[in-house]
Amino acid sequence: MTGDGSSGVRRRLFVSTATFGLLAFAICLVAPLVGRTPVSLARVFDRSIPFHDNVDAQIFFIARLPRAIAGAIVGSALAAAGVVFQALLRNPLATPFTLGVSAGAALGAILAITFPLAVSTLPFSAVPLASFLGSLFAVLIVYALATGRRLGLSTNVLLLAGVTLNSFFSAIILFVQYMADASLPRAVRWLMGDLDVATYSPILAAIPFTLVAFVAFAWLPRSLNLLAAGPDAAASRGVDVLRAQRLAFFSASLATGAAVSLGGPIGFIGIVVPHLVRLIVGADHRVVLPASALFGAGFLVACDVVARTAMAPLELPVGIVTALIGGPFFLWLLVREGGR
Amino acid sequence: MWSSASALLLAALLAAACSQPASPPSRQATNFPTRIVSLVPAATEMLFVIGAGGRVVAVSSFDHYPPEVEKLTRVGALIDPDIERIIALRPDLTIVFEGQVELREKLSQAGLPLLSYPRPTLGDIFRMLRTIGQRVGLAERAEREAAALEGQLDEVRERVKGLPRPRTLLVIGREPGTLRNIYVSGGVGFLNDVLTAAGGDNVFGGVARENLQVTSEAILAAQPEAIVEVVAAQPWSAEQVARETHVWDPLGSLPAVRHHRIALLVGDEFVTPGPRIAEAARRLAAALHQSAE
Repeated sequence: MTGDGSSGVRRRLFVSTATFGLLAFAICLVAPLVGRTPVSLARVFDRSIPFHDNVDAQIFFIARLPRAIAGAIVGSALAAAGVVFQALLRNPLATPFTLGVSAGAALGAILAITFPLAVSTLPFSAVPLASFLGSLFAVLIVYALATGRRLGLSTNVLLLAGVTLNSFFSAIILFVQYMADASLPRAVRWLMGDLDVATYSPILAAIPFTLVAFVAFAWLPRSLNLLAAGPDAAASRGVDVLRAQRLAFFSASLATGAAVSLGGPIGFIGIVVPHLVRLIVGADHRVVLPASALFGAGFLVACDVVARTAMAPLELPVGIVTALIGGPFFLWLLVREGGR
Repeated sequence: MWSSASALLLAALLAAACSQPASPPSRQATNFPTRIVSLVPAATEMLFVIGAGGRVVAVSSFDHYPPEVEKLTRVGALIDPDIERIIALRPDLTIVFEGQVELREKLSQAGLPLLSYPRPTLGDIFRMLRTIGQRVGLAERAEREAAALEGQLDEVRERVKGLPRPRTLLVIGREPGTLRNIYVSGGVGFLNDVLTAAGGDNVFGGVARENLQVTSEAILAAQPEAIVEVVAAQPWSAEQVARETHVWDPLGSLPAVRHHRIALLVGDEFVTPGPRIAEAARRLAAALHQSAE
C-alpha cells in the first residue's frame, strides 16, 4: 500500500486495534468472573469433580461464559455492520436495523413464538432459525427493490425501501402480537434482546455466518472510504461501485441477521459504537471498522454483565442496558467534542 | 334567530344523549343480573360452578372451561376488549380485570354495572367466589362451593403434611426447546400459594413479585430440589413433554435434575385463579410427592 499517508494509517490501525483489542479481551476475560454468586476458580477448573456435580463449573460454563462469547459476537457484528451501513448509505443515522434486516428477523421470531405448533417438532428452539430466515427474506426484498429497473444499486431506493419495509414489518408484528396476546410477553421480551443462551449451540450456529461477514468486511474499508465520498467519485478512483456496494450490503446484512438471531435486536450498539470510535480514531474506515468491531464486543459484554447482575436474580433485558448506558455516554462525548 | 335555533337543537341533542344510557338497566335495582359478560376466565368458571352459567351471554377469547362456554359470544380479552360488542349485548353485569382501567371507564360511562377481578392470591379466590355469589343472588350456593373448595385444599395440605418440602423452582414460561427466557413464580400470587399448599417451598419465594425472569446463574445458585413447569398456552403431547423435560439435562448440578424431579404439568387450571385451583394443587402435590398420590 502506498500513498494517502498509509504509514500513518497503519500506525493508527496498530494502536487502535491493540488498545480496543486489549480492552475487549480484558472485558471478556473478566466478565465470566463477575456475578452475584461467589464462584471458586479452583473448583471451576477442578477436573476431579464431574462437571455434572460441579456447581461452580456449571455457573461458569453455562451461565456466564456463553453469555460473554455471545455478547462478543453480537456486539462486534452489530458495531461493524453499523459502520458499513453508515458508509454505504452515506448517512450517519444509519444502523444495522435501518434496512429492515432486524424487522424481518423480528417478524420471523414473533411468528415462531406465536405459532409454536407449526415448528414444535424440531429438537431445538425454532426462534433463532425463524429470525435468521426472516432477516434473509427482508434483505432479498430490499435488494430486489433497490436494483430493479436500474443499472446499479440505488442507495436512495435502498434506504427508502428499507425504512418502508421496517414500518410494514413492524405493523405485521404488532398485528400478530395483538391478535395472539397469550404469547405477547414472550414476543415483547424477544424484542428487548437477550444473551442468556445457556448452551453453546446457538453460538456455534451463528459463528459461520459472522465469520463469512467478517471476511467480507476485510475487503471493504478502502472502497467504503471512497464510497463515502459518493459513488461517482468512487468510480472515478477505479472502484467497481456496484460490486463494492453489493458486498457491503450483503455482508453487513448477514452479520446483522446472525447477531439478531443469536441475541435479539439489541439496539444502540450499531449506532453509538461506530460514532464513538470515529470520535476517537477519525473517519478512515481502515481503522474505524476493526476498532468498532472490537469496541462493540467489549461494550456489549460489559453491558451484559450489568444486565445479569444489577437486579439479580432478576434478568434485566440487555437492550435496555445498552441504551441506558450508551445514550448518555454518547451525548456526553458529543457535547465534549463539539465544544472543542 | 339562527343562533337560538341551533342552541335549541344542541340542547335537545344533549338531552337525548344524556338520557340514553340511564334508561336500560333500571330493573337492575330490584332484580339480580341475568345477562352477564365475563372477560375473566376464572370468574366465568365461578359463575358456572354456582349455577349461574345459564346467565352468561359472552366470555373472553381465552375462556375454554367449562365446555359450555365454547358456543358463547366472544368479546376480546385483557388487551383487546371489544367494547362495542359488550355494550351492544346490553349486559346487566360485566366482570372485568382490575387492570382494565380504560374499559372500566367506558363501560361506566355507558351505565353498565361492573365487577372488577383483582390479580388474586389464594385467599382472594374464595373472596371473589363469595362476592360473585352475592352479586348474582346465589350467595348460599357460592358459600357452599367456597367451603367445599377450601375443604379440598385442606385435604391436599393434610396429605403433604409431615412430608419433606422440596425447594421448588416453579417455572411459568420458557422458550420451548431451550433454557432461554425462563420466567418463574416469585413469592406473591395464587400460584405461589398453591405451591405452598401442595407441599413445596418456592426457591424464589423471597422475591416480592408475582413473576420474574431469572438468570440461569440464579437458578444454578438456588439449587432447587424439584422443578415444576406449568404449561398453559401450548397443548403439548406426552412426547413433547418428555422432550421438554430433557431440556434441563445440562444443568446436572441441580438436585432436581440429578434426581429426575422435573415435572411439566399441562393445563390451564394453573393459570386460572378459579374453582379448579384445588385440582391444580392436587396435581402439583402429586408431582412433588410421588408417595402422596
